Amino acid sequence: MKNVILPNNREELWKTWETFPEAVPMAGGTDLLVGLRENKRKARTIIGLEKIRELCQVSLQDGEILIGAMVTHQQLLDTPAVAAHLPGLHGAAAVVGSPAVRHMGTIGGNICSASPAGDTLPPLYTLGARLELLNPAGSRVVPLHEFILGPGRTALHQREILSRVRIRIPAPGTRSYYFKVGQRKALAISIASMAALLQLAPDRSVMEARFAWGSVGPTVMRFPELEKTLTGRTFSPDLLNELGKAAAARVAPISDIRGHANYRRILVANLPLRLSAALAQEGVTKRDE
Amino acid sequence: MKITFYLNNVKQEIETQPDRRVVDILREDLGLTGTKEGCGSGECGACTILADGVSKLSCLMLAAQLENRRILTIEGLASGEELHPLQKAFVEKGAIQCGFCTPGMIMAAADLLQRNPAPDRKDIRTALSGNLCRCTGYQKIIDAVESAAETMRNKA
Repeated sequence: MKNVILPNNREELWKTWETFPEAVPMAGGTDLLVGLRENKRKARTIIGLEKIRELCQVSLQDGEILIGAMVTHQQLLDTPAVAAHLPGLHGAAAVVGSPAVRHMGTIGGNICSASPAGDTLPPLYTLGARLELLNPAGSRVVPLHEFILGPGRTALHQREILSRVRIRIPAPGTRSYYFKVGQRKALAISIASMAALLQLAPDRSVMEARFAWGSVGPTVMRFPELEKTLTGRTFSPDLLNELGKAAAARVAPISDIRGHANYRRILVANLPLRLSAALAQEGVTKRDE
Repeated sequence: MKITFYLNNVKQEIETQPDRRVVDILREDLGLTGTKEGCGSGECGACTILADGVSKLSCLMLAAQLENRRILTIEGLASGEELHPLQKAFVEKGAIQCGFCTPGMIMAAADLLQRNPAPDRKDIRTALSGNLCRCTGYQKIIDAVESAAETMRNKA
């Protein structure tokens, strides 16, 4: 039998962890409990974080959106500031699992599971998200791309939790998107995905462009040197084609039950083109351009 | 451990292991076998219940998480002998064949109608996208939810 303890605040959390040093923290449980049942994970004591209220809130402060680690995907969908300022993240939250999974699964769990296929990760990479980590001695802030070390591996220390995700609100006029290819639309782990963050000048030249691909390497992959080559150039399908091809040459996909590595590379090359369609639909560009 | 919670509006005090799954407590300890277990890993929706009014998967919830919560299962949806409009519509529209997915479908639909009393067919499809049915082909289920929503709107 496993012990399951749900502390009400951080003081109780650290006390519990001191008593059970090997305890495993649990967010929504949609990943951990499946892993435990399949004996892929071990835990003698589970510390559920769901009752720690400070972890369950979204707030705005000094131009940043602060998202508590225990905020569920559904809460993200229901938060107007997320919909307004972070449409890419909002779009990713909308395609996680199923409604019930979105009611249980949390942004903190999605991050700490560190799956290359985690849906909220590519948008968070493009947003330059920073993570507040909490431990009994205090706290520290780590950029997301330094926090995730590999599949299932993070920079979390023993007895440390992710408490908040900090996202600087993008400049007005910034567009952000998330595109996902799965075997079906619901309850699908992505075969490949891409988040984009784009700021265009009135003449449609690229002021800033950031792209992050999911499920095509050990972590989410972003290529700042490629992004730089886009700056100042006119946004066009040709430009996206060029970007897709260059990215496809750089990603490191594997073949697994969901898709072949070659197929994933093709997706990486093609996903940027969805941006063309999205912008045409928004009337920013014409469809035949 | 001792756990107190509300099950279908009745206060329950149970003595159980903290890591026991909620689906097992409901089915095996409390005899409420309406809630089904399909995959046991959050992929099929058969075990959907409402916890504090929100749809959740009872195969991915542990006993300790029940403390103080209000749990609604398919058994608690009808008022006495009067079936809930969703239950009636499922019967009338032929949305039930083998019936295994039905409790989960209805609880997921109940969650939807709470949030959105006037869903279109696309909204219904999205809301039920986590519930698998291997018999009906889904169309009659969507018909049933659409019809129940209309009934409930007309009553309100």
